Amino acid sequence: MTNNTVNSDLTLQEAVQENPMINEFVVRFANTNGTGSASANNMFAKAILRMGIPVSAKNIFPSNIQGMPTWYEVRISEKNHLGRRGGKSEMIVAMNAQSLNDDIESVKTGGYLLYDSSRALSDSQIRADINYLGMPISNICLKEYSDPRQRQLFKNVIYVGALAALLSMDFTLLKGLVRDQFKGKEKLITPNVYALELGYQYANEHFICPLAIKVESRDLVNNRILVDGNTATGLGAVFGGATVTGWYPITPSTSVIEKFASYCHRLRIDPASGKKNYAIVQVEDELAAIGVAIGAGWNGARAFTATSGPGVSLMTEFLGLAYFTEIPFVLVNVQRSGPSTGMPTRTQQSDVLACAYASHGDTKQVLLFPESPSECFEFGSQAFDIADQLQTPVIIMSDLDLGMNDHLTEEFSWQDDKAYQKGKVLSAEQLDEVEVFGRYLDVDDDGICYRTLPGTHPDKGAYFNRGTSRNHFAGYTEKSADYVDNMDRLTKKFINAINFLPEPEIKQGKKTAQLGLILFGTTSHPIAEAVEQLKEQGLVADCLRIKAFPFHHSIEQFIEEHSVNNKQVFVIEQNRDAQMKSLLVNELQIDPNKLASILNFDGLPVTSHFIVQSVLAQLAANQENKKTG
Amino acid sequence: MSFIKSKFQHPRLPVNDLGLTYRDYEGALSTLCAGCGHDALTSAIIQACHELSIQPHRVAKISGIGCSSKAPNYFLNKAHGFNSVHGRMPSVATGANLANQDLLYLAMSGDGDSASIGFGQFAHVVRRQLNMVYMVANNGVYGLTKGQLAATADKGVKNKAGDLSLFNDIDLCVMALQLGASFVARSFSGDKQQLVPLLKAAMSHKGFAFIDIISPCVTFNNHAGSTRSYDYVHDHVTTGAVADFVPVKTEITSSAESGECEDICLHDGSIMRIQKLNEEYDSTNASQAILDIEKNRQEGKILTGLFYLEPTASDFHEVNDTNTTPLNKLNQDALCPGNRVLAGINDSFR
Repeated sequence: MTNNTVNSDLTLQEAVQENPMINEFVVRFANTNGTGSASANNMFAKAILRMGIPVSAKNIFPSNIQGMPTWYEVRISEKNHLGRRGGKSEMIVAMNAQSLNDDIESVKTGGYLLYDSSRALSDSQIRADINYLGMPISNICLKEYSDPRQRQLFKNVIYVGALAALLSMDFTLLKGLVRDQFKGKEKLITPNVYALELGYQYANEHFICPLAIKVESRDLVNNRILVDGNTATGLGAVFGGATVTGWYPITPSTSVIEKFASYCHRLRIDPASGKKNYAIVQVEDELAAIGVAIGAGWNGARAFTATSGPGVSLMTEFLGLAYFTEIPFVLVNVQRSGPSTGMPTRTQQSDVLACAYASHGDTKQVLLFPESPSECFEFGSQAFDIADQLQTPVIIMSDLDLGMNDHLTEEFSWQDDKAYQKGKVLSAEQLDEVEVFGRYLDVDDDGICYRTLPGTHPDKGAYFNRGTSRNHFAGYTEKSADYVDNMDRLTKKFINAINFLPEPEIKQGKKTAQLGLILFGTTSHPIAEAVEQLKEQGLVADCLRIKAFPFHHSIEQFIEEHSVNNKQVFVIEQNRDAQMKSLLVNELQIDPNKLASILNFDGLPVTSHFIVQSVLAQLAANQENKKTG
Repeated sequence: MSFIKSKFQHPRLPVNDLGLTYRDYEGALSTLCAGCGHDALTSAIIQACHELSIQPHRVAKISGIGCSSKAPNYFLNKAHGFNSVHGRMPSVATGANLANQDLLYLAMSGDGDSASIGFGQFAHVVRRQLNMVYMVANNGVYGLTKGQLAATADKGVKNKAGDLSLFNDIDLCVMALQLGASFVARSFSGDKQQLVPLLKAAMSHKGFAFIDIISPCVTFNNHAGSTRSYDYVHDHVTTGAVADFVPVKTEITSSAESGECEDICLHDGSIMRIQKLNEEYDSTNASQAILDIEKNRQEGKILTGLFYLEPTASDFHEVNDTNTTPLNKLNQDALCPGNRVLAGINDSFR
């Protein structure tokens, strides 16, 4: 061992070593933002992935560019428990003096703290129940590099090298990853590999490697890929045929458009002319962003925009116009913590009601709730078909955790023989055959009328699109009967929308379990682990994951089945006000007492620990009430 | 209400190159007040489109909210129209234009719509160099809400209810000039001689064309003391040059006899013929135009006419390098990269 290791109480480590933890632990990196740590940490996660071990990574970052604390949490789990577990971490890589005290506290008993020992720890920072791995990283960098920026950047690479030795990672593979990462910037490969080796050698010379927590190669990743949801959504829009985007930057949605733009740049250049088969315009605000999408949707191009809570607030007037005038487009809402600016770099699912009923008057919007990047891709393309077929906006309800963090997800899939569904749009030839055209004539009795695009026919099909009340022929009217007729048809269309939307995913045993868990979006990530832990407590749970609004009838059925005979349904959400529960109660006419809520709204992704504890506590309280009542 | 007009027409109405009469360019019967300046503007648009032989269905009419924004319902019935939300016409027009660059975009807005609630959108659509005709029917007053002062009302004037305009007024032409519009003009809805050639030139221009049209509100801003009444505008209007529009097919005869004429060739080959009334007039100098507008304003005069024209300006799609096939015409083959490409993308995430 080394003089840098403050804790010489080796018995603790030895105790753990007898019972090593292989491929089942959490490494949390504490860094300062703006120091380039995220890419090094990402390299660490990707190396684990390439060893065939399931992994997830969460970047917990501030709304700041440089100098504030940021954390990166990597969960390694061959059991595929990739949601957040909760509780303390087995390993903390503490590289930020500002947060060091808290970071020391967040090491699990028996766990490890890898820290920069260039500065000695104070007595109060010594815990007897954890292992200290001191490495003078700043001093090493000071000696090795003269450029201040390099001293900073390579710190990160050095600790990744040290982790490779400590956790018994495949070092050759890690070096290969550096080569892949800097493809095209070959100059950077050698110094990065050198920095990795500095850390690797230092750890091997000064610590007993590997530690009791370590990784071993497996073949458990299969076809899955490691990617963030925003990349997937942006790519989905390319495959879905989106051509027009107006947008305004806002965390955490910005990268949806940036990725869309970069994939378009690669994949959407007309081979004959070299010109763009797309138009992306960064506009003055979110009002303009959605206005662009609506103008393009009206004109028959597939259009979308992406935003987050404050942007949704600004867009609501336009959302009402699009609902009422029946214009298709896709809105991606990457939700963050509200209200107001809230915690702009933390996650939540707190726009459910704001989006479901977005805009004044009687308005209802179609929502999709992806749970994974794979579904972001799927919904990100499919949403355009749904919007075109229903002639209405479709809102994809992602969130910061899903959008910005890397998740292990099923590889993206696409069927080349699947044609875009453009819905009821009349061509000039079709217009010639139509005896009477009325934009709002419900010809097929499904609430969805036929529309025409500007410029189609010299004499037929033109109409004045308006946010005011209109008759079947798009003429202005203030006749109550016409108004009511139109509103009723919109209701009919909205109910019909269920037939176009993905059905809920139900995981249920042969016999109805005593617990029913209702999930949506990222709430599902820790659920497998939570269900396992509940089972250990003797509680069997069935799960239903909502994928879309308006709600499918199977949701009502699931609630009915799980709310009789002492059974209990829980709706698990990441907001304070139980918004999904309210929506279920309101839309399905459900007795609110049938639904209990598990609400995590601290800005961090919900953990399995939190779900299990909440279920147990509420069931205990129910028992207590029954006794006293 | 939009009434259905009588289909009756004179059998010998003049037809244009498409064989269409001006009645083929009309819209629904106007529900604006009798004598509204906007109706004169509507009629000028109908005349301009008819004389230019524009195919009515190849026009997209876009507007915001207000009396002005109702006007597109009263011309070009065969064109699609989009009456959007207050102040947001520019973004809707942007999206529409991005989707299909082959249509002629005639946008109608008002002073409230462009100088107040939509001032930001106005500024940014100018910046974007969108190929469109942006018309503001400017009467200095909010008509549909019954007579409140608009931001274009001259500071110090009173509205019909006697409220004083306390704050500095906004000149949308000055704004358009500063923000880089490639065609800027002001006219008066009561002066068809001036307005129709300007509209024709704006429609023939490729790039962002802005026309501020003083269009008096007979009901709420036609009183003594108003600087936007018919009488006041008649008495105070002036111009630096008379502009005439010469269509493409017309043989250009020598203008040597006038001596004062300047011909500007527009994008489509038509000609804007300028006859200077003021020595300093220069249609290629935006800063000079701003100075002229200000100078006349200080003298209590309303300067009208063509202020600025940059005939070779590029539009959004040239800047963006968009495919010349409209984006809404591209099929799935051109848009979807397909499964083989996706396999490679999947590999980049392993």
